[in-house]
Amino acid sequence: MSASRHAAGSAAGAAAGETLLSARGVCKHFGGLRAVDEVSLTLERGSLHAVIGTNGAGKSTLINLLSGELPISAGTVELLGQDVTGWTQPRRARAGLGRSYQRNTIFPGFSVFENCRLSAQAHHPRPLDWLTPAGACRFSTEAAERAVARAGLADVAGRTAGTLSHGQKRQLEIAMCLATGPQVLLLDEPLAGMGAEETERMLALLHELVPGHAIMLVEHDMDAVFRVADRITVMVNGRVIASDTPASIRDNHEVQVAYLG
Amino acid sequence: MTAASIDPPAPVVEAGPRDFVSPSPFAPARLVPVILAFVAAALFPLVGDDYYTGLVSKIMIMAIFALSLELLVGQTGLICFGHAAFFGIGAYTVALTTPIDAPASLWLALPLSMGAAALYALPVGALSLRTKGVYFIMITLAFAQMAYFVFHDAPFSGGSDGTYMYFRPDPAIGGWQPFDIEDSRSFYNMVLAALVLVFGLLAVMLRSRYGRALAGIRANEQRMRAAGYPTYAYKLGVFVLSAALAGLAGFLYALKDGFVNPELLSWHESGTVLLMIILGGIGHLRGALLGAVAFTLLKELFQSEQLLGSYAQHWQLWLGLTIIAFVAFMPRGLIGVFERGAQQ
Amino acid sequence: MDIATFLIQCLNAVQYGLLLFLVASGLTLIFGIMGVINLAHGSFYMIGAYMAYALAPAVEQYLGGGFFMTLAVGIVLSVLLGYLLEWVFFSYLYEREHLQQVLMTYGLILVFEELRSILVGNDVHGVAPPDWLAGTIPLGDVMTYPVYRLFISAVCVVVALGMWAVLTRSRLGMRVRAGASNREMVRAMGVDIRLLYRVVFAIGVALAALAGMIAAPVSSVYPNMGAQVLIICFVVVVIGGIGSIKGALVAALLVGFVDTFGKVLFPAMAGISVYLLMAVMLLWKPEGLFKAG
Repeated sequence: MSASRHAAGSAAGAAAGETLLSARGVCKHFGGLRAVDEVSLTLERGSLHAVIGTNGAGKSTLINLLSGELPISAGTVELLGQDVTGWTQPRRARAGLGRSYQRNTIFPGFSVFENCRLSAQAHHPRPLDWLTPAGACRFSTEAAERAVARAGLADVAGRTAGTLSHGQKRQLEIAMCLATGPQVLLLDEPLAGMGAEETERMLALLHELVPGHAIMLVEHDMDAVFRVADRITVMVNGRVIASDTPASIRDNHEVQVAYLG
Repeated sequence: MTAASIDPPAPVVEAGPRDFVSPSPFAPARLVPVILAFVAAALFPLVGDDYYTGLVSKIMIMAIFALSLELLVGQTGLICFGHAAFFGIGAYTVALTTPIDAPASLWLALPLSMGAAALYALPVGALSLRTKGVYFIMITLAFAQMAYFVFHDAPFSGGSDGTYMYFRPDPAIGGWQPFDIEDSRSFYNMVLAALVLVFGLLAVMLRSRYGRALAGIRANEQRMRAAGYPTYAYKLGVFVLSAALAGLAGFLYALKDGFVNPELLSWHESGTVLLMIILGGIGHLRGALLGAVAFTLLKELFQSEQLLGSYAQHWQLWLGLTIIAFVAFMPRGLIGVFERGAQQ
Repeated sequence: MDIATFLIQCLNAVQYGLLLFLVASGLTLIFGIMGVINLAHGSFYMIGAYMAYALAPAVEQYLGGGFFMTLAVGIVLSVLLGYLLEWVFFSYLYEREHLQQVLMTYGLILVFEELRSILVGNDVHGVAPPDWLAGTIPLGDVMTYPVYRLFISAVCVVVALGMWAVLTRSRLGMRVRAGASNREMVRAMGVDIRLLYRVVFAIGVALAALAGMIAAPVSSVYPNMGAQVLIICFVVVVIGGIGSIKGALVAALLVGFVDTFGKVLFPAMAGISVYLLMAVMLLWKPEGLFKAG
């Protein structure tokens, strides 16, 4: 089981769906520092691809490169068949890429429902229509209702987001992603700071979301990762040292060295 | 570094799922005092003398100016310290384009003033919005200073002494004269109508999708970008709109006294209008109205020799100390005080 | 433009740029380390200039000294002023939002302007340089250049070198540079942050006041001088990068040249050349030339 630096393609044992996002030879240089070095991976519909690595391995940078928040130094990113390497984050988001953050980026002063509605509105913005109150926008209110229900937040939809528990806020973070109807989800440590029960709920949600979406998950919680991932990519110092099924990764010598040695 | 956003305190509300928990300017508790204020303003000339009517007129013009800045600072979270430039450009445009021998048409002069302000706002906003936080504050101040120097030094604008306007623009349409703009009562009513229109326009806009997007940008721009909003375009749009409204205020100011000078673009003017909105309360449209009233009255008080005697000479000192104390102890403004009082 | 005129303008540009650097370095440090945007910084420049004017007779009468003693007294007073101001006023600004800082320091400007008006009046004053610096030196066959302007540049260079030495060689300097790029880290290191802030602020005030004092014989002493220098310093800080001393130096010299040659080559557009420079820099590097530290 050799670790291939340019591992790509579908994983054995997981449903091989259509490739929705593919990164090829992606690099990010900060002066002399190579934060991300020749990383390639693909995200397929119906599959959850986890990216793990020690601190400073470049996982956050990678997510930022894929989402469009950081400009790429070299390499290409394709989303739904289009080359989006030079696209800004909002443009990629409108094309079907959703992203959640490690630290909550919810709007604490708005209601849970409004959080989702405002996110959904991005796909039906109508900035010049000042006469219609935002609450009368059917597109965004219906999308918000769906997202709130999907994320299991229907009973707190009217609450001010800042008053939610930490676990609920993380769920809201996901719900806001879903409200925009993305096909690809980049999730940055959704389980951060969660207790056992909340983790179970989030994992159940992720499990439900997998069939319709291509999901990339950056996580530190190894147990959770091995439970939900269809494919795991391991990064060290900005490079991919292994990319394979969870079982293979568990037995991979280099990975063991990287984590334990 | 502290963030440059200001969130109104979030009330905990158990409401139906479709309710937004955000202040709507049309909520009856909020709208009624505003309507009462407008009615009071409409009736004031019947009881006030010339001086005080002129003062109320000036307050209303400053209220339009303050509303334009509230849109930028309070609703979008963009702290602009150079808003006086747009005010002054609006004023100078009408003063410099009015012929010496006859009035121009109101229906050309007004759009021209607002357009000139918007035209300057476009490159200034395009460049300034590439920065955030403190950089943005400093850069907007610098660009305003640039405009100040243009009017201060250029030969066509009358230099530091300013320039006069001999006629107010004529509101005639074809042969019909809707009102006599040179008549002070008619002018007063025109200013009041402009204020009501601007307030109404902004109240409606803030309730719309664009307005909610601005609120989202203020709360967390990163999340808005992640959702798919081209936030730069939204910010530039509100910057230009805000400038055009400031230009409207400047236009009315020039008409009122028939005289403009470069100090209209000075940073003291920018500081004054910023002060008005924090005095009234950031994040609320009616805060801008309240702030314009409060500031103007405060300044009148400090400059009044009748009340303060010889201390009135040093009104800048009293004003400076009041500003410091007010911002230190009542950063949520007068509206914040009223709301806290209402909650108790 | 012939060589001699060109040389004169270059010397003027360098002198103006170095003076700006003195003021801007305080501004950028105070912002970079304490996170406070201080609109009243220009007032310290103005206070320095008025001190040069107002203290000279008293220094002569009671201390028997001249220009340099006035400078020394002025520096001591401004350090004290800075220390006091930080303690009583600015330390309350650190955790506040930028808008509040802007408005409170704006109020402070009004207070300073009025106090100056009450104490010293609103007239424009000249300050005479000491006799031995009041002459000129020849440049080429026809032109001469005032010795005092060279003196200004020399003082600024000495101060800049001193700053560089302190920042790179001393422990205080190390803490200041660390604080400029990472405030939390400095706190975590157990440095007495309150004292550090107070010292940095006092130095910032003293630098601005010193600049005002030595500039006074050349620029005169007038009420609006603080506001003018402040806004130009904002441009310098924006171009150079907040928190960067190196950036402040490079940007100040750049501004000095653009402004001086702008006034000479395009007198009609004199006032706006610096802002055009800022606009160009914003297109190229919105975050400033250098990072903090």
